[in-house]
Amino acid sequence: MIPDQTLEVIAVSALLERVRALHAGGSRLVQICATALSCQYELTYSFDLDGSLSSLRVQVPGEDARVPSIGSIYGCAFLYENEMHDLFNIKVEGLTVDFHGNLYNTAVKYAFGDTTVPLAKPQPGPVLRRD
Amino acid sequence: MARTIIPFGPQHPVLPEPIHLDLVVEDEKVVEARPSIGFVHRGLEKLVEKKDYTEFVYVAERICGICSFIHGQTYCQAVEAIMDVPVPPRAHYLRTVWGELSRIHSHLLWLGLMADGMGFESLFMHSWRVRERVLNIVEATTGGRVIFGSCKIGGVRRDIGAGAIKDTLAELAIIERDLREITKVFLNDNSVKSRLCGVGVLSRQEAHEMGCVGPVLRASGVAQDMRALGYAAYQELEMKPVTRTAGDSYARCAVRCEELFQSISLIRQALGKIPDGEIAVKVNGNPKGEVIMRTEQPRGEVVYCLKANGSRNLQRFRVRTPTFANLPAMLKLLQGCELADVPVLVLTIDPCISCTER
Amino acid sequence: MPYFQMSWLAVKWALSKPPTTRYPFVPRRAIAGSRGQLVFTRDNCVYCTACAKKCPTGALTVERAQKRFVLDRLRCISCGCCVEICPKDSLALSTSHGSPATTQNNESYSGT
Repeated sequence: MIPDQTLEVIAVSALLERVRALHAGGSRLVQICATALSCQYELTYSFDLDGSLSSLRVQVPGEDARVPSIGSIYGCAFLYENEMHDLFNIKVEGLTVDFHGNLYNTAVKYAFGDTTVPLAKPQPGPVLRRD
Repeated sequence: MARTIIPFGPQHPVLPEPIHLDLVVEDEKVVEARPSIGFVHRGLEKLVEKKDYTEFVYVAERICGICSFIHGQTYCQAVEAIMDVPVPPRAHYLRTVWGELSRIHSHLLWLGLMADGMGFESLFMHSWRVRERVLNIVEATTGGRVIFGSCKIGGVRRDIGAGAIKDTLAELAIIERDLREITKVFLNDNSVKSRLCGVGVLSRQEAHEMGCVGPVLRASGVAQDMRALGYAAYQELEMKPVTRTAGDSYARCAVRCEELFQSISLIRQALGKIPDGEIAVKVNGNPKGEVIMRTEQPRGEVVYCLKANGSRNLQRFRVRTPTFANLPAMLKLLQGCELADVPVLVLTIDPCISCTER
Repeated sequence: MPYFQMSWLAVKWALSKPPTTRYPFVPRRAIAGSRGQLVFTRDNCVYCTACAKKCPTGALTVERAQKRFVLDRLRCISCGCCVEICPKDSLALSTSHGSPATTQNNESYSGT
């Protein structure tokens, strides 16, 4: 049972206008999700109005990814946008609250965006014979 | 006036999990709070590239120790929605029962931590004493106290027989009696009221603007509860969201206390109506598609975004947990508060930092 | 009145038996069906490797040719998938928790 939800792909330039319209209608910002595909990033912005979910999808190229901030419309977006920057290296222009990359202090910077970072291989332990 | 920066966390007696806040203080008033997270970041979203989608249920459950069952349930529901799996109704009811038991134990844990944060140690011990009874029911029915391990894609792994249902209902009666004693103290005691009433007021407009979820939103008057979406067995059970209008820490505490009794009533309804039948169906093939699945965790609305491309591993797994949505509200509440109110305000949103950072 | 709620609770529990048990002097009352440590019965095993394939964490390694069963207890999450899939009932989950380990050893059982 797929719950009641819609997904629409829009251009980066139309993002602020659509978000403003959703805010005027009384929607609540639910989440912003970034997905790293082979040569681009897909950003999905989801909004909730009385239980029904509508999502806007924006595609930005992998090299020098830039997207405008919606922090001026939805104040709480700064956390999602700082997280996108810290994990994926997506530059968000006009951040209302900017942590300058210090929100997530990880050992490997921009770990999720760089698909060449390998996951650590587990080391096998010594064997105790119990025959 | 000179400003001092007081570091709060990551190790602090009132914090259940590590979060760092730099509190900018003028005399005893907090002017600003700057957060810094990442102490428990395990990169679980990237692990999806390595573990296949059936094994990933165990990873999803371990995102958090307190709200673990509903994480596993939401993951299974999301994959079942993508693959269009007909989950049997008995499995839906069993998931509902375990989900509500998980909610009771989580709220009792929070009540204990809140009492401990205020310095009321004996009330903390009493809350956790009652929580032990709940964990015993969970261990008897699923095998694990904290990580239930009973959800799988296609249904559940264990059944609750007729004898176990009777024992559970008998235990629930004792738990309800104990809960009435403890919640009376939380809601009526003078020392608790003086620490909670009027502290951290969030108006209805502010709560909606800042994207708050869960008891934080409901205590400010917005009646939104994801269980009304009707997943699992909730469309067949009677449930009304619990709200208060005051929006202060006392209201948030009262909402959680009342939700305890609402959960007990939901468990009784579900166990009374549970249909016979199978508990799981076999699932073959790989998922292809994407879905956004939302459920109600004890702390609020959790959002799972899954994207699958037909291979054994999922392409993207994104969790937006309720504490992540409530953090901006916490930072706003901390501005202008007294330094001694900081523990109460940090705990009042029920922070689960291991969920937030995955 | 508001101060009496807590006083009543405090007096009631001061006068009744404590709800805690004096562990470890009194052994823990195990709950039936609890998932604890994995128990391997070597005599029933036919080394079919089904459990090793099903294990979600990779804690089990089974070598069919050499008839060897290796278990990494620190990686085992007691999920019970291997117990469900074993065709010969050679695996079971006991109700006890394991003892603390000081070294990271794997246990190996040989069938020859």
